[in-house]
Amino acid sequence: MDIFLQQIINGLVQGSIYALVALGYTMVYGIMGLINFAHGEVVMIGTLVTITVAGTMIKAGMPVVLAGFAGLSASVLVCMALGWGLERIAYRPLRNAPRLTPLITAIGMSIVLQNLAMMIWGRNYMTFPPLLPKMDFEVAGANFTAVQLIIVLVSSLTMGGLLLLVYRTKLGMAMRATSQNPAVASLMGVNINRVIAAAFVIGSALGALAGVMVGTYYEIAHYQMGFMLGLKAFTAAVLGGIGNLAGAMLGGVLLGIIEALGAGYIGDLTGGFLGSHYQDIFAFIVLIIVLMFKPSGLFGEKTGDRA
Amino acid sequence: MKKWLNPRSAFGISLIAIALIALPFVAAMGGQAWVRIVNFAILYVFLALGLNIVVGFAGLLDLGYIAFYAVGAYAYALLASPHFGLHLPFWVILPIGALLACVFGVLLGSPTLKLRGDYLAIVTLGFGEIVRIFMNNLNAPVNITNGPQGITLIDPVAFGDFKFSGTTQIFGFALSGPQKYYYLLVVLSILVIIINLRLQNSRIGRAWQAIREDEIAAKAVGINTRNVKLLAFAMGASFGGVAGGVFAAMQGFVSPESFSLIESVMILAMVVLGGMGHIPGVILGAVLLSVLPEVLRYGVGPLQMAVFGKMLVDPESLRMLVFGLALVLVMRFKPAGLWPSPERKRELTGEA
Repeated sequence: MDIFLQQIINGLVQGSIYALVALGYTMVYGIMGLINFAHGEVVMIGTLVTITVAGTMIKAGMPVVLAGFAGLSASVLVCMALGWGLERIAYRPLRNAPRLTPLITAIGMSIVLQNLAMMIWGRNYMTFPPLLPKMDFEVAGANFTAVQLIIVLVSSLTMGGLLLLVYRTKLGMAMRATSQNPAVASLMGVNINRVIAAAFVIGSALGALAGVMVGTYYEIAHYQMGFMLGLKAFTAAVLGGIGNLAGAMLGGVLLGIIEALGAGYIGDLTGGFLGSHYQDIFAFIVLIIVLMFKPSGLFGEKTGDRA
Repeated sequence: MKKWLNPRSAFGISLIAIALIALPFVAAMGGQAWVRIVNFAILYVFLALGLNIVVGFAGLLDLGYIAFYAVGAYAYALLASPHFGLHLPFWVILPIGALLACVFGVLLGSPTLKLRGDYLAIVTLGFGEIVRIFMNNLNAPVNITNGPQGITLIDPVAFGDFKFSGTTQIFGFALSGPQKYYYLLVVLSILVIIINLRLQNSRIGRAWQAIREDEIAAKAVGINTRNVKLLAFAMGASFGGVAGGVFAAMQGFVSPESFSLIESVMILAMVVLGGMGHIPGVILGAVLLSVLPEVLRYGVGPLQMAVFGKMLVDPESLRMLVFGLALVLVMRFKPAGLWPSPERKRELTGEA
């Protein structure tokens, strides 16, 4: 039973990170129907910027709290600028292009960002500076650390804030209107360009936050880390019903828990034939099964033909 | 089609034929490495044309195409290597690989083809990853794929005593291994091009295009959309399987690393960048995207030395950077691809 609880906690932590990244995918997709393949790289750059800023400050003897905040703000700012730039330079000129064109652009940008990061930070694994105190808690036989607790808390708060933004502010209303029908929204006086840019900037800021969390959790970072993370997060977004904010959050958490439980129990279930290194296939198997029965995701509304 | 053998096109075809025959000898002047690069370009033409059936003709976005290539490659590797001690001849294995890939295509296609657009894309992507993860891990408890180390010492293609590896003398010419594979690949690719051309204007090809343009309308005029889409998937998959088999034989070595998602993405990029659904465009895209990184590999290092007198940035990352930028720029200025079909071009520029 305690293994079960332990895996639930691990899954919840991993899932909150997926959820934050998934929000970046789902916001952009909901508004303009684009899979922003480069989003995972934005998250990666967020992590690496934090390493540079916070790491340098800690080495210079500054207090860890200050370094942590500086690192986080720097990475959020850099990623927001990156998200804005991506939209402005790469995607905006393609708004009326055939559907697959922006997808190839996104893949191209992803390759560009990955290799830029490799040029700047090198191809070796980097250690993430310890920003949070190491503390362990024990509840009902399961352990969790302060880092895990803070990740879950901060991501819940952030997601709550995002929901408020989207459902209680004017910008949020403009975003929802644009995602329903850009042409009509623009007739109602919504500045489409600003709304789309906002979606990219907000999504990237969430991605930066997720990047910092990944760094603190795994204490290691690499220029290729964004790829699998982005893939899983996108899977989570589709699982929840892409374009749907609450869906992305729940999909992310669900995916994290399924992965953790799957990795914990697959050995027993298959009599030792498959081991925990099959962890990565759960995300995709669950996705395929869910989409077979609910083609628009768990919480997605029935959408029209986008093909 | 009727007049394609008039004197002018006959002249054109013979020019192309002479160029194709001469190419490996020209490439060999730069070393056998260039013959290999040309071979891979042709292999990618083959793969891109296979994917073109799925994406270009039928409009089904498949991001896991490499899985079928992997199935073909592993089928060849397992049936013609010391790993299981089997050494079947290649003309037995290639059909088996094609059939196996086809079965996988149907397996993936049948539950997922009711999904639309991007959902299908992500499911196929997931499928590709699943296949790769299995190949990476199926070495315990029963060693089937030999895990991340891959399978080595795969038999080369051979007709009786005539092996495709090593150098042989034919009519006084010394033909190296890669050069022989080149001719094999050219023959296979011409076959695929002919199949593609014939499919395009067939009943099935028109059904695919109807589905691509409007699935509901296609259904309304009596096309069995499910079966026709499944056929596109199966056919694309079989081409992938054959290409995989040739790849395994040519390399003599397969490992899961060759079948990562980025490969699927590259092949898709070839199809889209060249001009989706337009056969010459797809060929152009495949040749460009497979040769460009190699040209950059040999180009960026010396160029930096010449301009700055020293290596400023790692050539490996610079070449991929240039490659990514090239993708972005082409899509920015040629959204329908470099060589789109005439109809598609008209649609996009808005001319009636």
